[in-house]
Amino acid sequence: MNQEKNLEQQLWAYIDGISSSEERTSIEKMLQNNLEWKSKYHELIEVHQLMNSTELEQPSMRFTKNVMEKIAQYHIAPAAKNYINKKIIWGIAGFFFTLIIVFLIYGFAQVDWTSSTDSKYSIDLSRLSQVDYSKVFNNNFVNAFMMVNVLLGLVLLDRVLANKRKKFQKQV
Amino acid sequence: MSIGLGDNEIISRVLKGEQNAYAELVNRYQAYVFTLVLRMIKSREDAEEVAQDVFVKAYRSLADFRGESKFSTWLYTIANTTSITFLRKKKLDVHSLDNEKVFEVADSKDSGFKANLVEQKSRVNMVNEAIAMLSTDDAEIITLFYKAEQNLEEISRILRLETNTVKVRLHRARTRLKEKMEKNFSEEVKNIY
Repeated sequence: MNQEKNLEQQLWAYIDGISSSEERTSIEKMLQNNLEWKSKYHELIEVHQLMNSTELEQPSMRFTKNVMEKIAQYHIAPAAKNYINKKIIWGIAGFFFTLIIVFLIYGFAQVDWTSSTDSKYSIDLSRLSQVDYSKVFNNNFVNAFMMVNVLLGLVLLDRVLANKRKKFQKQV
Repeated sequence: MSIGLGDNEIISRVLKGEQNAYAELVNRYQAYVFTLVLRMIKSREDAEEVAQDVFVKAYRSLADFRGESKFSTWLYTIANTTSITFLRKKKLDVHSLDNEKVFEVADSKDSGFKANLVEQKSRVNMVNEAIAMLSTDDAEIITLFYKAEQNLEEISRILRLETNTVKVRLHRARTRLKEKMEKNFSEEVKNIY
């Protein structure tokens, strides 16, 4: 069953003209030598031609007139890029970016860098468990804010990766 | 007159205020949009309304068409979303790809009238009947590929799917269409193969 599906898939790609040149050559060889492939190919080509032979459905004679009457009541809306001010978008991004920086600076400023170490370069990791995190993240607002930032970061990362994947696929 | 002009030229005329030039775009694409919508919605009356709505929406958003794709691809994107919105509003099922129940329903719905009419039907009618039995997703992708002259990449833009997903869906849709024809129009199909 899977073999048949695979065969059909390859033949459809061949018929649609989207198989690679190597695949084309091997399929053409199979079509010359293999009866199963040959009969399947003819079957699919018939279906393909049948689907191409269907005619477009026609709407009513008044279709264009109706549309033109409807659009007479409207104006073309201005392009979205015209009314979305990029300065505002950059302003919002700048605001959040500044907030993150301020939080980081504030956070680092609160750390007592000298008291946590006995020797100059050693860090006692066991003391991390003694940190009272509730004192740091005791505010719901701060938690929610951090959560939103993490989410935004993930969305951004997803977009960047999706774009990269698209570019990669185009190159391939 | 806008006859003979390219789509983009007509669009720039419309954007400059020549509203009547839009009629040429409507004439050019009405059958394509209507066919696509009809195959999704499966009711002529509703399809006529929705197809008109598609052209009105396209007109209102014409300034947003940046010419990065073909006008037809952009128009079919609007047709796709408008049809889906209509189906949701009507609370009809927008069938999922693997919803086998849908096909059972379609089968039982259509099994009564088939046998008597098979011989009278032309091949074209047979295909149209078989497409009408398909789910919305399958009928749409087949129409976009065979009737709306869209390639896989353009279909992927219209449906907002990866090209490979479109390829797989198209393959499945064709397989299902073939099965429908073999099952419901076996006599006709025997003569064809």
